Amino acid sequence: MAPLRAVRNWLDDRFGWEELIYPFKKKTVPRHKLSYWYFLGGITLFLFIVQVLTGILLLLYYKPGANEAFESVQYIMTRVQFGWLIRSIHSWSANLMIFTAFAHMFSVLFLKAYRKPRELTWVSGILLLFLVLGFGFSGYLLPWNTLAFFATKVGTEITGQVPLIGKSLMVFLRGGEDVTGATLTRFFGFHVAVLPGLATMLILLHVLLVQRFGISVPPRLQAEWAARPPEQREMKFFPNFMLRELMAWYVALGALGALAAIFPWNLGVKADPFVPAPAGIKPEWYFLFMFQTLKLIPSKLWLVDGEVVGVLGFGAIAVTWLLLPFFESAPPAPPRRWITALSIFALTYMAGMTIYGYLAQ
Amino acid sequence: MVTNNSPASGAGDHPEKPAPRRKFIEALLGGGFLATAVAFLYPVVRYLVPPRALDLGGDSVVAGKVGELKPNSGKIFRFGNRPGLLVRTASGEFRAMSATCTHLSCTVQYRDDLQRVWCACHNGQYDLTGKNISGPPPRPLELFETQVRGDEIFGRRNREA
Repeated sequence: MAPLRAVRNWLDDRFGWEELIYPFKKKTVPRHKLSYWYFLGGITLFLFIVQVLTGILLLLYYKPGANEAFESVQYIMTRVQFGWLIRSIHSWSANLMIFTAFAHMFSVLFLKAYRKPRELTWVSGILLLFLVLGFGFSGYLLPWNTLAFFATKVGTEITGQVPLIGKSLMVFLRGGEDVTGATLTRFFGFHVAVLPGLATMLILLHVLLVQRFGISVPPRLQAEWAARPPEQREMKFFPNFMLRELMAWYVALGALGALAAIFPWNLGVKADPFVPAPAGIKPEWYFLFMFQTLKLIPSKLWLVDGEVVGVLGFGAIAVTWLLLPFFESAPPAPPRRWITALSIFALTYMAGMTIYGYLAQ
Repeated sequence: MVTNNSPASGAGDHPEKPAPRRKFIEALLGGGFLATAVAFLYPVVRYLVPPRALDLGGDSVVAGKVGELKPNSGKIFRFGNRPGLLVRTASGEFRAMSATCTHLSCTVQYRDDLQRVWCACHNGQYDLTGKNISGPPPRPLELFETQVRGDEIFGRRNREA
């Protein structure tokens, strides 16, 4: 098309457009039977974009504050046209995004894509995973219903168990000693300003690193390809992989729309600090494995409160996870077996504890 | 331009001694930046710490009315801005205690089938003196003094010093 070409020439004249997009033209994606796992990161990004868009729409009517939050979400769901759908998509997309982020993390782990030189890609990815959980935790409180109120009480209280700085951290998060409207105001700020800013910067870094290093090939396949080069197959990123990725996004959108419309998200009962926690109360599924673990730790281990042990344990695991690539061997050396074993254990533990937590009374 | 402190200039008199004036300027500049950073950060850090909420509860509140509770039942009452639990035991006695679980601060409730105080969040249990007897709670619930005056039951906090 002539007008399009004219625009391209104009851009090329001014700041070397062709040169700028050259890496994308040259970029290829390895092609093998595990290639499908490469889509998960992109789908997570797509769901994040959905979150930003629906989040902006919700902001048009949502009001933070203990006396207004619940009512404003009720208003969105009952009075605003398609408000129920927008909120339902936001909730469903949040849950799916957390799921795909975890699936992406585990696929990277099992395909050994985090090894040298991709250590920082992994670190930025794990930080993004923590941010995503932060989004989930802060967003969960915003409708100000009973379940969210107690989830926030428990979650922030857990932060309070950290030795030395725990108490101040808890007061900072809550905006006071207790979970009140002040907590809601803070969480709102975190959810719509602090976390999106951080996440956007980290996503840019993460994607930039992925572009810089290209797509990793699993070690075993890499060895096979090295032995028999003619078997090596790849596809162009643009347009071949890009179009496949867009199809994956389209499928994700279809699944999201169907889930949101067929199973609209509930609002629950307005939070009241002066009613007991309802029987059968549980956190969202992505915190269930931690919840269930904390439930099983006895109240005292030696002289220390069980909670403190649990919190320090999870903290230590989080730090280890973040730094995992630095314990790994560099290619072409074979990946360390204990890391593979640990990955399998982590996945089994999380899945098992989640199911146990779901079924437990 | 000739500088007397660069090694390339061949200032052979003081080979490893940097010009004291340069060092002084650097320290002044560095110290100035540091002081500026502290001057900006200190108010921000203080701003992040929320002001203390006033505890308007006092030491004694009306927890409930005598006729309100059947034996073997309980209810939540407000003790300032925190919840309290008033229990009428099976034998008809009144007990009042903090309703904030000592585990992770969920609000507890009275379970008439167990005749115990129960927390729904992590299945913690306390007896009717507030003692933690099962599950994760590490400490007992704070027990309040109860006094019946007329048809009102008062819960009174034992303040330490």
